[in-house]
Amino acid sequence: MLDLTYEAPKPKVIAGAKHDWELVIGMEIHAQVSSNAKLFSGASTAFGAEPNSNVSFVDCAMPGMLPVINEFCVAQAVRTGLGLKARINLFSAFDRKNYFYPDLPQGYQISQLYHPIVGEGEVLVELAPGIARLVRIERIHLEQDAGKSIHDMDPNLSFVDFNRTGVALMEIVSRPDLRGPEEAAAYVAKLRQILRYLGTCDGNMQNGNLRADVNVSVCRPGDYERYQATQDFGHLGTRCEIKNMNSMRFIQQAIDYEARRQIAILEDGGKVVQETRLYDPDRGETRSMRSKEEAHDYRYFPDPDLLPLEIEQDWVDDIAASMPELPDAKKARFMADYGVTDYDANVLTAELDAAAFFESVAAGRDGKQAANWVINELFGRLNKQGLTIAETPVTAAQLGGILDLIASGEISGKMAKDLFEIIWTDGGDPAEVAAARGMKQVTDTGAIEVAVDEIIAANPAQVEKAKANPKLAGWFVGQVIKATGGKANPAAVNEIVAKKLGL
Amino acid sequence: MSIDIETARRVAHLARIRVDEADLPALAGELSGILSFMEQLNEVDVTGIEPMTSVTPMRLKRREDVVTDGNMQQQVLSNAPDAREGFFAVPKVVE
Repeated sequence: MLDLTYEAPKPKVIAGAKHDWELVIGMEIHAQVSSNAKLFSGASTAFGAEPNSNVSFVDCAMPGMLPVINEFCVAQAVRTGLGLKARINLFSAFDRKNYFYPDLPQGYQISQLYHPIVGEGEVLVELAPGIARLVRIERIHLEQDAGKSIHDMDPNLSFVDFNRTGVALMEIVSRPDLRGPEEAAAYVAKLRQILRYLGTCDGNMQNGNLRADVNVSVCRPGDYERYQATQDFGHLGTRCEIKNMNSMRFIQQAIDYEARRQIAILEDGGKVVQETRLYDPDRGETRSMRSKEEAHDYRYFPDPDLLPLEIEQDWVDDIAASMPELPDAKKARFMADYGVTDYDANVLTAELDAAAFFESVAAGRDGKQAANWVINELFGRLNKQGLTIAETPVTAAQLGGILDLIASGEISGKMAKDLFEIIWTDGGDPAEVAAARGMKQVTDTGAIEVAVDEIIAANPAQVEKAKANPKLAGWFVGQVIKATGGKANPAAVNEIVAKKLGL
Repeated sequence: MSIDIETARRVAHLARIRVDEADLPALAGELSGILSFMEQLNEVDVTGIEPMTSVTPMRLKRREDVVTDGNMQQQVLSNAPDAREGFFAVPKVVE
């Protein structure tokens, strides 16, 4: 495997009216656990069901109902922890976080404040070839998701659906290691990619299955280095938390706006108040969520309905033994084994399906050529049609077959592109389709020589010109290819034309 | 530690329990009494002792990841003061 070493990126600097400022960002990512049933009940987690149909009496908090933990959700959290090179806590426990809201029928969320299941880990966030930020993970805990309120179905009422209530969430908490909006978005993208590789969260941000709370503060250049040296937060500015964002673009916009807002306050001689804020994408600004502030006293206490969660090292080891290859390792392997570029390796490993597709095309073939065809022809075509790799009309075996025809010299690169189009629309075996359509490059030198001789004989004036200026030999190559209906192998024609003209 | 009237009012509000102004002093007194009993317990030295979570040694019970429950919208909504189109309908709450 290639040993990839990285340099840390420069922090983003915002010029204020008085002096420069830097950003410090920490994130809490809420990732919905991929599972069939909820964290503490046997109700389904399926998205888009009839309202309140995926709800058990546990989920709607009927008196006397008791939570029973879904062991698979625990395994998913452990798998995620292992994927982030994190410490797995064999002892963890559940606490109640108390607050009132219509989408929380229990009046508390079962979470893990004091003893989370996963401890410290790390994520490598690549920003450019050779440049990456190593983001420290503080913890991951398991908790229940809340229900969903809909506010636009009635002028005076909110409608509440408990289908999502009690679905397992992993809250992944980072240290304040991110230094700019682009880094924050890249961190979310990387985490999402890892979770999808692991199969522990589908990463669907549109459905709210991955959402981010972003903590933003600003400081003077040099302060952050003092914080890193001492781990003393006193060197950093007061932070604000922007809640519940599910778009990479909004995350960046919100951080940028929030940093500038804080800088304006500080340069005006004011103080940033620590608070929870909401990003309004329509107005492009963040605003205070005062109601949330008032309810901030969560009065956590250990949930008396649940014993501590004790897991065994053997069980963790079993999960570790079944871990898939993760993005960083896959990328390094693609570069080493297939000789693809850093950029191409990123594109090919972005999604697991695409990486698998590439590998079956590249197996036993020229890796770079396979990468070019998969990225430029296939991905390009899929993007144009709005299709995913799972929906591709050209299979890996078919694309491989086209590449084999190029490699054996049977068809030219130009013919291969035509053949790709035919396979895309009509399907079929590339070798058979090429044969049936007479797509065959003439490499038979005898046939090419005859064609060259004819063209030379018919154009004595051109021959004289070409002898004076060898660059004009290209005209003969073009004529020969045209005369053979585009089937002559250009490399062979070049050679023969040069020989015949005595160049 | 003693609970003053203001703290009693706040605790009642957080728990969404309506307490008449006249009852707050008595409530604060009761809560203070409970807390001072806790303070007595705090005098016991428990250093190095694991918190007891169960009187018998028990492992947290687990369930398999199988859908075994749900699909009873009618029953789930049957106690709701107001329900419409499959949703609980509550007074408007908007951030």
